[in-house]
Amino acid sequence: MPLLEVNDLHVQLQTQRGPAEAVRGIGFTLERGETLGIVGESGCGKSITVQSLMGLLPASAKVSGSIRFDGTELVGLPEREMCKLRGDRIGMIFQEPMTALNPVHTIARQVGEPLRLHRGLSAAEARKEALALLERVGIPDAASRLDAYPHQFSGGQRQRIGIAMALACGPDLLIADEPTTALDVTIQKQILELIRGLVAERGMALILISHDLGVIAESVSKMLVMYGGSVVESGPTPAVFAERTHPYTQGLFAARPALGAPRGLKLETIRGSVPELVDLPPGCPFAGRCRYTADACAATRPPAVSLPHDHRVRCIRLDEIAAEEGMAL
Amino acid sequence: MSAVPAAVPSAAAFKVPGFWHRALRHRSFTIGAVLSLLLVLAAAVSLVWTPWSPYEMDMASKLQKPSWAHWLGTDTFGRDVASLLLVGARASILVGVIAVGIGLTVGTALGLLAAARRGWVEEAIMRLTDFTMAFPAILSAIMMTAVFGAGIVNAIVAIGIYNIPTFARITRASANAIWSREYVAAARACGKGSFAITMQHVLPNISAVLIVQITIRFAVAILAEAALSYLGLGTQPPQPSWGRMLSEAQTMMFQAPLLAVFPGMAIALAVLGLNLLGDGLRDLLDPRLARAR
Amino acid sequence: MSDRFDPDPKSAALLEVTDLVRHYTLPRERLFGPPPSVKALNGVSFSVRPGQSLGIVGESGSGKSTIARLVMALDRPTSGSVKLLGRDLHALPKDELRAARRDVQMVFQDPYGSLDPRQTVARIVAEPLEALAETSRAEQRERAGESLAAVGLRATDLHKYPHEFSGGQRQRIAIARALITRPKLIVADEPVSALDVSVQAQVLNLMQDLQQQFGISYLLISHDLAVVNHLCDEVCVLHRGVVVERGAPQQLFAHAQHPYTQALLAAVPRAEPLASA
Repeated sequence: MPLLEVNDLHVQLQTQRGPAEAVRGIGFTLERGETLGIVGESGCGKSITVQSLMGLLPASAKVSGSIRFDGTELVGLPEREMCKLRGDRIGMIFQEPMTALNPVHTIARQVGEPLRLHRGLSAAEARKEALALLERVGIPDAASRLDAYPHQFSGGQRQRIGIAMALACGPDLLIADEPTTALDVTIQKQILELIRGLVAERGMALILISHDLGVIAESVSKMLVMYGGSVVESGPTPAVFAERTHPYTQGLFAARPALGAPRGLKLETIRGSVPELVDLPPGCPFAGRCRYTADACAATRPPAVSLPHDHRVRCIRLDEIAAEEGMAL
Repeated sequence: MSAVPAAVPSAAAFKVPGFWHRALRHRSFTIGAVLSLLLVLAAAVSLVWTPWSPYEMDMASKLQKPSWAHWLGTDTFGRDVASLLLVGARASILVGVIAVGIGLTVGTALGLLAAARRGWVEEAIMRLTDFTMAFPAILSAIMMTAVFGAGIVNAIVAIGIYNIPTFARITRASANAIWSREYVAAARACGKGSFAITMQHVLPNISAVLIVQITIRFAVAILAEAALSYLGLGTQPPQPSWGRMLSEAQTMMFQAPLLAVFPGMAIALAVLGLNLLGDGLRDLLDPRLARAR
Repeated sequence: MSDRFDPDPKSAALLEVTDLVRHYTLPRERLFGPPPSVKALNGVSFSVRPGQSLGIVGESGSGKSTIARLVMALDRPTSGSVKLLGRDLHALPKDELRAARRDVQMVFQDPYGSLDPRQTVARIVAEPLEALAETSRAEQRERAGESLAAVGLRATDLHKYPHEFSGGQRQRIAIARALITRPKLIVADEPVSALDVSVQAQVLNLMQDLQQQFGISYLLISHDLAVVNHLCDEVCVLHRGVVVERGAPQQLFAHAQHPYTQALLAAVPRAEPLASA
């Protein structure tokens, strides 16, 4: 049985202009120890997806579909049961190390909190465990800094503390929502190495969200590309990177300025801008911005086309794209 | 005293479509607005018409219960209670408007100056406000009216003076938050001076905070005026005042309890209305809800 | 008192920064002894020639934002000089400094914070002109329209408010504001960091077009090497307040000498191998 099985997940949010679907029927599976990356830009629904996994959506959100975590159905699970899972079986690392830690609690207390909550450890025992965790995540001189406060640490160190907190109870699934976006690039490298190391060491499953394709390439074995609440392309990372079948995926890759590229080279852009959730068409969300848009695109949701190596794309214009790009499918 | 808002509410909220749509659905705002409007209406109506003259004493019909002739009854001197309430609203509003006006103009100016200049100017202004606030408000008002004489003008000045440090502090705190915004840095990068930036960028962006504060201080002013009049230091007879109505009703508590209930309710409803209006506005002008994206 | 800014005809450089130092003193921690200080910049020198663009690459704490503020004369240096067209900005009298701002404008990082939410786009874009106090309202509006057109927005956007636009469009408005005085130099402090990748590409292309169309020089400050690579003729790598290495981007990125530059390059997650120079 897979650790996580998401099927036809729909999330409806209340926006200023009325209800809008932020996640439109996505599905994926994750085995124990597997790593999954979700890549997309703002508004694509990647954060909403993991928030629905954790049950952290606003009260006005409507969730339908199925999320099975180790056999337990998470959609509609009462809050009390969800609390038992959070921090214990599922750990989460947030984007902003500055605000993810409580400024008035010591780090020993914060890292020990999940242990006291889920494992019933005493304060002294939790403190010992916290020390071990902080040393593992690479906080220098951890023993003497147990009673320090978050503001006394740098951004990168705070993120390490956040990671220690997420790992405290040895979760089966670790969710990292843009964990390095707010950090400098040299620190980013260290944090990603740390996460990869811990995931391999403890056999955890990992869901890593990022807008940075480079981060995805280095960290996960399979990936989803999201746009407008749908998964437009999914598959093993090497396959998606090599083939880049969906026009949005192609646009995303082409838009990155490359190091060492000659001056004067124009970047390829995706025409237009991301529409608001309420304005998305019922069919393919990329219709209208896509070079290959046909009339049928906006009308109905494209079915998933299976390519070799478990690589899937949602597009009805694949033949035309292949013809134009000279690709083999 | 209200706490400083962490995020400065955006006055651009009024321009977001659907503001009035949300406002009319917000319970605190609508109830508060209705009550506040009633207060203003009462005072406005009293300028052109009252059921009876509030000054006319009719000893023959004193201490009457509410009836069709006298809707809320009469007091110890036979004056019509309903008329007294309507005209009394005038005193409350007058005090509110002028006292808050004094605080708003002088206090806001000081706060803006403190935020624009920083350094010793800011320190001096803040210490001055600390000093003024160290005196308990009502006691200072009593002391001032006792020294300079009772009467509505002195009451207004006494209450108004206390509004100055309140507005100064809240203006300074919000203005400081705006000064650190990037669009102010952009204006400085264009070469704009402090005065132009204060007028064009800072003031418009703190207006929401000030609006909320105005409603709150208005309520406090009404209460203060009632307290002073109750003590005989505020509005003088024969001018009707809700506070003095309460004090006169004290001796008649057991014979005619309603005489205390009506002015008491009027004060309570006015203050409640303004506070609810302030709460509602604070929620509605919150920048998190105001942003379209 | 002249309020015009006259360039020094002998100077060839557009911007010349010499030995710039900026130390900030922090509040006292002890009653006796010197208060602690943050040494943000420790002697930085570089120059920008007309028509050329310079990139400054550094991480947080490197001092790059401090450079932006000092070049824009929003802050005074502890020592060193910033010369625009040969004239030392910090030695100028107030009126001449204001006039000098015609030639150097700034684009900020945060598209959501750098536009006043209570002003219309027309007012925001025209602000630099308004500060110079030389043009009428009507002319300001007209120039604002031209500026907006240059960045790909429409005249109908003039009466709208910032919240009606997306992040990328707001950054275009910020660029339009920087363009309106027809400056020779634009200081761009992380202009695309807050934008999504596809939007980033649009704005970078726009900046490139403006470079070619109007001959504008950029002083581009970024932590992102690829962005700097895209727009600049020369790059300075900043680390802890000093320039550790400089050179043309292609050369620098292919053959970095300084260990910090090498560490920076190694840390960039790569989805594909470096394009060969």
